[in-house]
Amino acid sequence: MQDALGAVQSLLVLGGTSEIAASIAQRVVERRCQTVVLAARDTDATTGLAIDLERRGAKTVETIAFDALDIASHEKVIGQVFENHDIDLVILAFGVLGDQADFDEHPAAAAKAVEVNYVGGVSAGLVTARQFRRQGHGTLVVLSSVAAERARQTNFVYGSSKAGLDAFAQGLGDSLAGSGARVMAVRPGFVHTRMTEGMEPQPFSTTPDVVASAVIRGLARGSHTVWAPSILRWVFALMRHLPRPVWQKISAR
Amino acid sequence: MAELPLQLLTGWGNTAPTAARLARAHSPVELLHAIADPPPRGVIARGLGRSYGDPAQNAGGRVVDTTGACEFELDRERGVVRASAGASLDDLMRAIVPHGFFVPVTPGTRYVTVGGAIASDIHGKNHHKAGSWCNHVESLRLANADGTIVDLTPGRNPELFWATAGGMGLTGLIIDATFRCPTIESSRVLVDTERAPDLDTVMAMMSERDHLYDYSVAWIDLITRGRGMGRSVLQRGRFARFDELSAAHRRDPFAYRADILADAPPVFPSGLLNNLSIRVFNELWFRKSPKLRFGELQSIPQFFHPLDMVGNWNNIYGPRGFFQWQCVVPNGAEDTLHYVIDQLSSKGCTSFVAVLKRFGESSPGHLSFPAPGWTLSLDIPAGEADMNDLLDELDEVVAGVGGRLYLAKDSRLKPELMPRMYPRLQEWKDIRAKVDPGGVWQSDMARRLGLL
Repeated sequence: MQDALGAVQSLLVLGGTSEIAASIAQRVVERRCQTVVLAARDTDATTGLAIDLERRGAKTVETIAFDALDIASHEKVIGQVFENHDIDLVILAFGVLGDQADFDEHPAAAAKAVEVNYVGGVSAGLVTARQFRRQGHGTLVVLSSVAAERARQTNFVYGSSKAGLDAFAQGLGDSLAGSGARVMAVRPGFVHTRMTEGMEPQPFSTTPDVVASAVIRGLARGSHTVWAPSILRWVFALMRHLPRPVWQKISAR
Repeated sequence: MAELPLQLLTGWGNTAPTAARLARAHSPVELLHAIADPPPRGVIARGLGRSYGDPAQNAGGRVVDTTGACEFELDRERGVVRASAGASLDDLMRAIVPHGFFVPVTPGTRYVTVGGAIASDIHGKNHHKAGSWCNHVESLRLANADGTIVDLTPGRNPELFWATAGGMGLTGLIIDATFRCPTIESSRVLVDTERAPDLDTVMAMMSERDHLYDYSVAWIDLITRGRGMGRSVLQRGRFARFDELSAAHRRDPFAYRADILADAPPVFPSGLLNNLSIRVFNELWFRKSPKLRFGELQSIPQFFHPLDMVGNWNNIYGPRGFFQWQCVVPNGAEDTLHYVIDQLSSKGCTSFVAVLKRFGESSPGHLSFPAPGWTLSLDIPAGEADMNDLLDELDEVVAGVGGRLYLAKDSRLKPELMPRMYPRLQEWKDIRAKVDPGGVWQSDMARRLGLL
């Protein structure tokens, strides 16, 4: 059960190879979470994290196969986890960034990326919400992005998929009011990870650790939306209202 | 059973809300109906919801609101009350004080039920003299998961009786209980108030003279550091005898009025109670208290339940809520108490005036909290995840000297500390497993602390 300070006792990560999710998992395990289930397409890639989490004090770390694109399997795979454990926290962490130039050349690849980021998120999110309703409690953390706030020409496929996911998370959160379940959307800025390796960092770039801290703080406060770094809330309050020609220039780099 | 309404529930601290199906019972018979056909995630009883954390929540299961089952009767010959689980101490006092009786034990609020008083084996300012609530219980009726009822007395079936005393409602549903109530000669308390400039002084004062008073409590300032660390206002007293009343009071020696003077609406922002506002409050509160005043006559609400004057005072902590941390350390562990208070005050733990008091002998309850020694309790605003780091460390320190935390107040303890703080936990679990093999009695606290 989640405690009065937002510390959780069990965690399911959907997208177990996400570096941000790994960072959050490390934090929650250090703060008394004893059960972790890592769901990933490539289960071998989560072995290192599983060992690390056990070393940090987790009693049970399970790894299961999960494919965001195999939507038909979500109900069964996630349902099985909830059958075995009471789950306090689910992190919806899977997603692909992709390359806009590549997407321009291969629209099918773009559609597939959207399928992972948005369609997969909708399916996994709704399956999780149903389990939370049955449990009467649970928090779903959805890794969105500042890209969801306003589409940039350099990654608008990714941005639009996150915009959809972000809107979904907000609506789902509202629909769960009174059920004991909560949804927290996390909007990180540019995060230095494998996903962004080799890219030119944006202003206010950050690290998985900073995002994890923001999530822990958000859990303690019961926040609906978390920005990382937190100043981005105000930066984007401005950005989203810039006149289109100005935004066009800014978002070109 | 028709589908019950889904209700989001929290404890008094307004933290960690979870949803359950709520069944309301208005009589002992309805209590039995309310536990029929238990759902897979079980059933737990709930009284007035004054536990700070999650013992009266049951996410995804059923919660039985007992407050409608609230009848009671006073046997004036024997000085005993028989009351249904949902009867509140507030109702009881209104009825029995005018007849010259008082409840055996009262916590800092009168808005607790008899069922809750047993399930938490509550204590009050008289613990050093009178022990905890269950020390005064002659018998109680407990409904088992299968709907059968057992009559429990400490003599006839001590095992289950004492597993239920402080058992957080996890051994069965308490239907009603009979308990002894002491007589009083008036409804006024004769109070001595003294100020102590620091922790050592107040502890010395309590050690030396607490035994001369029926009731004793020290309100301690945890914000002031340095030389004034632990400065306190010590209030001790006993019920006044008839001949000690003023002429005006003698006309109606058992006058009892317990009104809520104001109600705190849920409009306060989180963070209103911060280090600064609390520092100011504590300063004013310390200065307004007399340095020394003997023999002041106070009313029951004034002395026992000052916070009850404001209804829903928990709302002033805002939507993020708050929690309480209450520990007991054994006599001889005064250094540990010093260390704990020093840590709380030096790490800037924002807390309203905290409470320090001495405990007498324990009751035989397996999970009963009080033990001979010192108990300290403080309210802390929720919302800062880092607070767990400090309190986890203090929990370790407390467990290390054989102390423990109070389950009725807890909402964040690490489960692995439970067996260390409550060495008879396994014995309790074995009894529980015998009376509830199907695991019907469940709560959020039970899941969180691994009590099942």
